[in-house]
Amino acid sequence: MKAAVLVFPGSNREGDMAQALELVTGRRPSLVWHGDGDFEKVDLIVVPGGFSYGDYLRCGAMAAQSPVMAEVKKRAAQGVPVLGICNGFQIVTEAGLLPGTLMRNSHLKFVCSDVHLKVETSQSLFTNRYQAGQVIKVPVAHAEGNYFADADTMKKLEDRGQIAFRYCAPDGTVDGSGNPNGSSSNIAGVFNETKTVLGLMPHPENAVEPMFGGTDGRGLFEGMVEALS
Amino acid sequence: MTVAQEKNPPVKLPNEPAITPQIVAEHGLAPDEYQRLLKIMGRDPTMVELGIFSAMWSEHCSYKSSKVWLKKLPTKAPWVIQGPGENAGVIDIGDGQAAIFKMESHNHPSYIEPYQGAATGVGGIMRDVFTMGARPVANLNALRFGDPKNARTRHLVSGVVAGIAGYGNCMGIPTVGGETNFHAAYNGNILVNAMTVGVAPVDKIFYAAATGVGNPMVYVGSKTGRDGIHGATMSSTEFNEDSESKRPTVQVGDPFVEKLLLEACLELMATDAIIAIQDMGAAGLTSSSFEMAAKGSLGLVMELDKVPMRETGMNPYELMLSESQERMLMVLKPGREDEARKIFEKWELDFAVIGHLTDTERMVLTWHGDVVGNIPIPPLVTEAPMYERPWTLTQLPAELDSSKVPAPTDWKASLVTLMSCPDLASKAWIWHQYDHLILGNTAIRPQGGDAALVRVPGASKEAGHKGAGHKGLAMTSDCTPRYVQAHPETGGRQAVAEAWRNITAVGARPLAVTDNMNFGNPQKPEIMGQFAGAIMGMAEACSALDFPVVSGNVSLYNETEGRPILPTPTIGAVGVIDDIATSAGSRLVKDGLALVLVGDTKGWLGQSIYLRELHGREEGAPPPVDLAVERRNGDFVRGQIVGRKVEACHDLSDGGLLVALAEMCLSGSTGASIKLPQGIAAPHAYLYGEDQARYLIATDDGGALVEAARKAGVPAVLLGYSGGSAIAVEGLLSVPLQELRDAHEAWLPGYMNSAA
Repeated sequence: MKAAVLVFPGSNREGDMAQALELVTGRRPSLVWHGDGDFEKVDLIVVPGGFSYGDYLRCGAMAAQSPVMAEVKKRAAQGVPVLGICNGFQIVTEAGLLPGTLMRNSHLKFVCSDVHLKVETSQSLFTNRYQAGQVIKVPVAHAEGNYFADADTMKKLEDRGQIAFRYCAPDGTVDGSGNPNGSSSNIAGVFNETKTVLGLMPHPENAVEPMFGGTDGRGLFEGMVEALS
Repeated sequence: MTVAQEKNPPVKLPNEPAITPQIVAEHGLAPDEYQRLLKIMGRDPTMVELGIFSAMWSEHCSYKSSKVWLKKLPTKAPWVIQGPGENAGVIDIGDGQAAIFKMESHNHPSYIEPYQGAATGVGGIMRDVFTMGARPVANLNALRFGDPKNARTRHLVSGVVAGIAGYGNCMGIPTVGGETNFHAAYNGNILVNAMTVGVAPVDKIFYAAATGVGNPMVYVGSKTGRDGIHGATMSSTEFNEDSESKRPTVQVGDPFVEKLLLEACLELMATDAIIAIQDMGAAGLTSSSFEMAAKGSLGLVMELDKVPMRETGMNPYELMLSESQERMLMVLKPGREDEARKIFEKWELDFAVIGHLTDTERMVLTWHGDVVGNIPIPPLVTEAPMYERPWTLTQLPAELDSSKVPAPTDWKASLVTLMSCPDLASKAWIWHQYDHLILGNTAIRPQGGDAALVRVPGASKEAGHKGAGHKGLAMTSDCTPRYVQAHPETGGRQAVAEAWRNITAVGARPLAVTDNMNFGNPQKPEIMGQFAGAIMGMAEACSALDFPVVSGNVSLYNETEGRPILPTPTIGAVGVIDDIATSAGSRLVKDGLALVLVGDTKGWLGQSIYLRELHGREEGAPPPVDLAVERRNGDFVRGQIVGRKVEACHDLSDGGLLVALAEMCLSGSTGASIKLPQGIAAPHAYLYGEDQARYLIATDDGGALVEAARKAGVPAVLLGYSGGSAIAVEGLLSVPLQELRDAHEAWLPGYMNSAA
């Protein structure tokens, strides 16, 4: 699997992502600069976490207008898988690749913590290594992760099975206790309609090694390798 | 003193005021210091020259009151590559790698404007580290706030924490550890001490000394604005009720720009174009340019009109004294300007050649072709005022007879009270706002062990790491100000010993120290005596533990309306472990582990948290620190940890044995039952006393550990076992973990969310 990780001014988890991809897939991804609208053909495009353009204007808003994102939109339309994490999730929603928006956390503070996620479906190229209903532990680190969409969109997301992960308690109960940011319906990650684009706030790339945050995030990378190699 | 002949006396700018005694005083220069200036200059200074002397001779930049004492600290060891005097200290951590680190205060700005003050403190210390070629791998911070009941405290906690988070998180450097205390002595003067640790190859370390007459002087980073003018001078005076009007002297940070600056600098550093580099911190362009020229014994011509400016109408005085953030000054090899410019333009940063090196040893400043300042560099540095201020040592208070301190009337309530008091309550509300996981290298997180433990990037076996697994850097920050207040020598010794112990308690070898000396007004003999005493104690401990000081920072005049802070020599420390798999955290995660107390317990209640929180008394002598015992016990514990005999380990500090046990139980969600040894006369002194050089260890084989300790001549006693859902001490108390957790975790969020 050949992957590209985008780099914007202010990206800061591109290294974590590259490290995780290399560890699990055995292949170092290429890093693609934000001004590069014409990067090599890849099997997977990752929009990593960070503070692209300093989060100025609105998280992800400026990155969504960059040359590289114009190309990402084109390729996503052709079915090239896109994974957006944290600021990457904010960027792909700003770019219109995913519905909804990420608002300021309900408690108004940055939060870095392990959270539990309930995997909603194993029927995607991203989640095929997990079981539906499985609970995994991965960290979050963000100030704007409060997912919101209007009622119609929420209904469509539910009906079409576009919800990838929900925040939950350690035992899998989906309620307020496991929700770190006030997200609607505890949503941690969503797919596009074809499930070729996934955006999520948590950082599976920081949960791939036993001594450094555990290994619950590995499944996502292993699943992609299986689907895309 | 010889002053090189002045060929170009400066011109006065239009509207430039005449120098009056009042203007001199406003610049923080004492009359005799001004006389010294006149002697060096041989004429009246211009305003920009006066401003430069004022900044360079401020306490903050010149260390004029502290230098004679700082020289007493041990700074050498075979693994020390660079001691104090550069932007940060450098130590060899093996495999061709160096750890570069320093701690620095941003106390005064953080009190005036907590968010920006703390944020730029973090930004400044990170710049100190990456200026030397290191990529930062971790941040820590030590915070001291006033009494929670003080009206301003909540606002300060909220702003400082958000500022640290805002800057560090955006930079993408994990904030992995630190400490937070509260005491009324900080009501009018909080402490914000920030530490950064970075890693660089030993053969790619960058220094400030300029070389090569004619070489270009280059300015990179943000544009210069009017923020922070006279920050260094402001930080060198006491506060009074007008302090809030000093808000414009606080710098404003932009972590996004600093992230770009970090990447651009490291990219340029990967080439060989840089001769010398220095960040612009306190006193901005003034101190950076003087430092580079002075260290290289050269002169400098700076064309100030070429400095990138954020605002119109700025003048040379403002440009030289601005403390705008995210700026660097460097000397490039001739002909490499275009290559460097391309890198900075790619990162959308300013890049300007603003001058060149000369052989005159003079700083010549020009403004649109006219000379506006011309200062001989060596005398400004060598003739800087240095004071041996009068000092009076604090006498050691009488030892408190622990048997006369009442036992708790309600044992269970005593533990709940201690675990929920401001100093011991969970600080999760704070560290959850810091990204402590970014970079994917954090092995021991906040509340996971006595020191933070971070994997060293680039130290894999493939890269030549000689150890078996992942090499790690352990780091901590420590000081017990109430001990220092009671007896500075003991307190200084204890701060160093506790830092050493915390590094040891995760299994790492303690290597070196950075010190952040926060004290009151040095012109008062008793304050200078606190400083002197603390240094004596620290020096003794650093020597005995082979734990040299490699960098540091002094913050004096931490007083408001004449009331000083508790003397606070914060110790930041770094250690190394060859294989993170052999480290130990402090979380008790398994039932049936033997709990062994290592070290001697007399039950020292003088200056203890128990005495303060349960009896409202801050009395007695602090616990004595026997450095030979410290070393013997610590070396034993470290050996057991890396020999994989230890499941969890926690040093005993504030609150003593029972608080340490409670912390291990809560962080690992496992209960424990212990029984006191036979013949303990005062159980409360045994359980809450703060005797030093002690560790609580959880191990699979308690008998073997006690026997190994006996052979090593180290006191050790098996107290009980982990398990269950309560903390129980036979015959005294049993507290359900959940009840203790609720109290421990509720205090800080409850306080922060309550109405003022």
